[in-house]
Amino acid sequence: MDRFLDQFFNVEVMVKYLPDIIDGFWVTLLLAALVIVSGLALGLVLAVIRAFQIRAVNIAIIVFIDLFRALPPLVIIIVGFFGLPFAGIQLSGFFISWLSLSFVLAAFAEEIFWAGITSVNKGQWEASRSTGLGFAETLFEVVLPQAVRMTIPPLTNRTIAITKNTALASVVAVPEMLTVAQTSLAYAANTSPLTLAAIGYLIIFFPLTILSRRIETRFAWKR
Amino acid sequence: MADLPPVIEAHDIHKSFGDFAALKGVNLTVAPQELVFIIGPSGSGKSTLLRCCNLLEMPTRGVVWITGEEITKRGVDINQVRQRIGMVFQSFNLYPHMTALGNVALALRKVKKLDRAEAEERAHAALCRVGLDEKAASYPTELSGGQQQRVAIARAIAMEPAVMLFDEPTSALDPELVGSVLAVMRELRESGMTMVVVSHEMRFARDAADRVVFMDEGLVVEEGTPESMFGAPKSDRLKTFLTSVSGH
Ligand SMILES: Nc1ncnc2c1ncn2[C@@H]1O[C@H](COP(=O)(O)OP(=O)(O)OP(=O)(O)O)[C@@H](O)[C@H]1O
Ligand SMILES: [Mg+2]
Repeated sequence: MDRFLDQFFNVEVMVKYLPDIIDGFWVTLLLAALVIVSGLALGLVLAVIRAFQIRAVNIAIIVFIDLFRALPPLVIIIVGFFGLPFAGIQLSGFFISWLSLSFVLAAFAEEIFWAGITSVNKGQWEASRSTGLGFAETLFEVVLPQAVRMTIPPLTNRTIAITKNTALASVVAVPEMLTVAQTSLAYAANTSPLTLAAIGYLIIFFPLTILSRRIETRFAWKR
Repeated sequence: MADLPPVIEAHDIHKSFGDFAALKGVNLTVAPQELVFIIGPSGSGKSTLLRCCNLLEMPTRGVVWITGEEITKRGVDINQVRQRIGMVFQSFNLYPHMTALGNVALALRKVKKLDRAEAEERAHAALCRVGLDEKAASYPTELSGGQQQRVAIARAIAMEPAVMLFDEPTSALDPELVGSVLAVMRELRESGMTMVVVSHEMRFARDAADRVVFMDEGLVVEEGTPESMFGAPKSDRLKTFLTSVSGH
């Protein structure tokens, strides 16, 4: 028991590496927040564009989402970081990680939003159109509000699962929390920094699940 | 009134879904303030005909005029036309994320471009007409089927349409709630609204219809006053149909 405590809750080690972990925490938090905002926004925009059923555009969207859903995020980050310079584009590891994970989240989110849009009853479209609202007005005023509310639970799950991939940014030298924790762990020959990182993840993701549950109940209406 | 054009004039309407011809050349004329009642067996094309009148379905062939304006030709602003054609659906189709008031006010704001206060004032007035202003703040799920359908009627009449289309407005209702919806429709009728009603409420047809149209297999088989249609049907198909509906 003592050895366990010493291995995971060594106060001395924790105090020593806490400042580093906190630095990493902010990097992870920033990356996670950026990925969530831009990933969900892009996913929603793509789903809305897809609703307009323009053939060529839809094919492009489907290729995009299938690609980014199929490839492991790690591969996307590595290809972006080490491949893009050959195309003359040099981006920071942080930026590449942000972009890659945003695209992955957008791909999954688009699929979820799209499923939401198509699951709204055809009668809703007809009722709205019959009063003179146009296609886009109907989409935004009638269909999307219903679609988005239906998608909150699956969307939260996906968002959390994908956002945890911020840890992958370590491969392109981003000093995010888990990278810092691993380095500290090696120096200290003790896993207590990892405990700190775990707490850090809880601090980031617990509010997210609570928030989503709040939104869900707030917008729920009886069927 | 004789010089007013028909509110609806549909000429030689054909509608096919793939190989299947749902309408095979239907004519329908609805004069101002007339109530035309459409009956016919399931699948005869009644809903399709109504939906061709506001272009929820585009006819494969044929021409539709609304108050003298041809709407089936290219370049017509269909959203502009649809404001003048109210439609009520069997399944109500209220927007579940909006209150009764929000449901009625939406098109007033977005289509008629009224500001929120004015739209809500007119929405309240429409809800009053269907006897439901006290439910303005209720969501559809908090209303009975009959109340939902009356809100749906309010949503349509708030736009002050030239004609109202009803597609089996009481078919999804429990029997004890049918009366409240029919009462609202009667009131509308008495206020001079032009109406086309698809329904199985034969008693309402006898009481309120000016003309009854019987459809079968995508065609109008017979039409006439309620008295002649129900009292002295000519075609065998109408006779068979009337026995089948009065049988239960
Ligand atoms: N969108 C569609 N795609 C394919 N077939 C359709 C479509 N809409 C209607 N039909 C077919 O066209 C025919 C006429 O349908 P319609 O709904 O107009 O009949 P109806 O007289 O209203 O019947 P009911 O009394 O059951 O409502 C039916 O055979 C129906 O299956
Ligand atoms: Mg029908």
